Amino acid sequence: MALLRTTSPHLHAPQTTQHVMQQLLLATIPGLLALLWHFGWGSLINILIASVTALACEAAIVTARKRPVWFYLRDCSALVTAVLIGLALPPLVPWWVVVVGTAFAIIIAKHLYGGMGYNPFNPAMVGYVVLLISFPIEMTTWPAAHSMLATELNPPGLWESIQIIFQFSGSFELSGNTIDAFTAATPLDAFKHNNGLLVEQFYQQDAWFAAGRWAGAGWEWVNLGFLAGGCYLLYKKIFTWHAPVAMLSALTLMAWLNNDGGSSVSNGPASLHLLSGATMLGAFFIVTDPVTSAVSNTGRLIYGALIGVLIFVIRAWGNYPDAVAFAVLLMNFAAPFIDYYTLPRTYGHNKISERSSGSTDLSDPKLNLPEKKD
Amino acid sequence: MTEISQVSYREISRNGLWDNNPALVQLLGLCPLLAVSGSVVNALGLGLATLAVLVGSNAAVSLIRHQVSDAVRIPAFVMIIATFTTCTEMLMKAYTYELYQILGIFIPLIVTNCTILGRAEAFASKNAIIPAIADGLLMGVGFGAVLLVLGAIREVLGSGTLFANMDLLFGPFAANWSLQIFGSGYSFLVAILPPGAFIITGLLIALKNTLDARAKLRKDALKAKPLKGAKRVRTTGVIH
Repeated sequence: MALLRTTSPHLHAPQTTQHVMQQLLLATIPGLLALLWHFGWGSLINILIASVTALACEAAIVTARKRPVWFYLRDCSALVTAVLIGLALPPLVPWWVVVVGTAFAIIIAKHLYGGMGYNPFNPAMVGYVVLLISFPIEMTTWPAAHSMLATELNPPGLWESIQIIFQFSGSFELSGNTIDAFTAATPLDAFKHNNGLLVEQFYQQDAWFAAGRWAGAGWEWVNLGFLAGGCYLLYKKIFTWHAPVAMLSALTLMAWLNNDGGSSVSNGPASLHLLSGATMLGAFFIVTDPVTSAVSNTGRLIYGALIGVLIFVIRAWGNYPDAVAFAVLLMNFAAPFIDYYTLPRTYGHNKISERSSGSTDLSDPKLNLPEKKD
Repeated sequence: MTEISQVSYREISRNGLWDNNPALVQLLGLCPLLAVSGSVVNALGLGLATLAVLVGSNAAVSLIRHQVSDAVRIPAFVMIIATFTTCTEMLMKAYTYELYQILGIFIPLIVTNCTILGRAEAFASKNAIIPAIADGLLMGVGFGAVLLVLGAIREVLGSGTLFANMDLLFGPFAANWSLQIFGSGYSFLVAILPPGAFIITGLLIALKNTLDARAKLRKDALKAKPLKGAKRVRTTGVIH
């Protein structure tokens, strides 16, 4: 992974891939804790299943490619992919969904494209999207936040969660309640189908928003947790501020521009878009991926901003309630194109725009060719 | 137009089925290949229809190759291909109406399949009728075989069955050919959707390239015997 992206003088920083990946793992902890607190043990079990799958797939395919296995396992990049998939999937999703998504991410999205540093698409998001279009029912069954549940309902504990995830017989009958008692459409989904209520009425009536403060019970704290982790990574200079700030600003701007003051067809206030779904996870852990994003600072601003715009467009006018994964994959396509036009000018060379207009014309004075003598 | 006098049928078959396979090497006709290969019955239906058009058009183009001038050959070829496509479409409408409805626009679109125009231009317009028919047949079989393999893989992965609904093509006695590979509730939608088609086609092409590379390695290993009495040492290249 090329971390040096500027011209000389280079200042050497002791930043290895392993260090970056470990810091990323560390920074997911606040968001993970919020997930566990509000939605039960599911996410932790997801992460464990995904990690085992990812390490096994990575080891198998690195062996098949005749590369040093320990060298690649040690850099923790497979582990980061696994943790991101585990965090993005609904808790209590069946175990085989996690296994299929992680295996797809590591084998097809990462290694078939050349492995670490060569993948054009973010592996975790590819895995997520494959699952989303393949298993729509499992992938949209999110548990309700514990604070929303009626008091007589006990949310599934650790052992019950394991039973649900590994689908032991009779697992759908827990303490007399079916699994449906614990699930609810996500806040974004509920908001999308708000059945003609004004935003204010909807916020009072819907269980998510009645139990929450800004963007649905639980979800807002999960997003704030990822925001905290992201700020830690910024402080540690793991990535630059450009892409996440551009993405969040663009999303906020789009929400402001399209906010009609809370009518029944409103697309939602900015606070809803910033603090629900995968917004913060995407902004700090996905968009900042050095391999699949644009490389220059200007490029990252454009890349991040367009992701923010796409997220809003798909959320507001698309079929899917959340859009971070689709937006990121679409912009991964565009990253090389953005790079082509935003690479910093090397000292002594023309700008790319001047080069592309006049490079083939030999009479162009800018090229300073020696005059022909014949 | 030059006439190729010596035609090796061995070479025609090798080209059509493997070395110059329209789906895996020339990558022609990918649109129907990817769009309708969601199940074996769809793949086989389109494969047979393409085969019929390819054989017919190759024969007809070969017959008129001395009468049509170079300037108007492409419109003439397209007219011939369109005629055969329309005939095939009508036959399918008459005998396999349900399959015709499932395949929909991709039956008329056979006329734009580059494989067919490509073979008319590259082979049939320069060869006698019998080799042209052989070329059409083998290219069609090569295309259909890939379509069939792709359809089988996608059907097993995507819906967990194999040979489902074969009665659409072979009549009622094929109604119980369907094999249930995985459980009845199984589905893995991405294999049925277009991304799955692209991924599996890519893997098939990779498999073919790997097999070719292995075969070449084995051939080279047999060939590369040290020469007796070689005068000088070479560190690069091959000694001939």
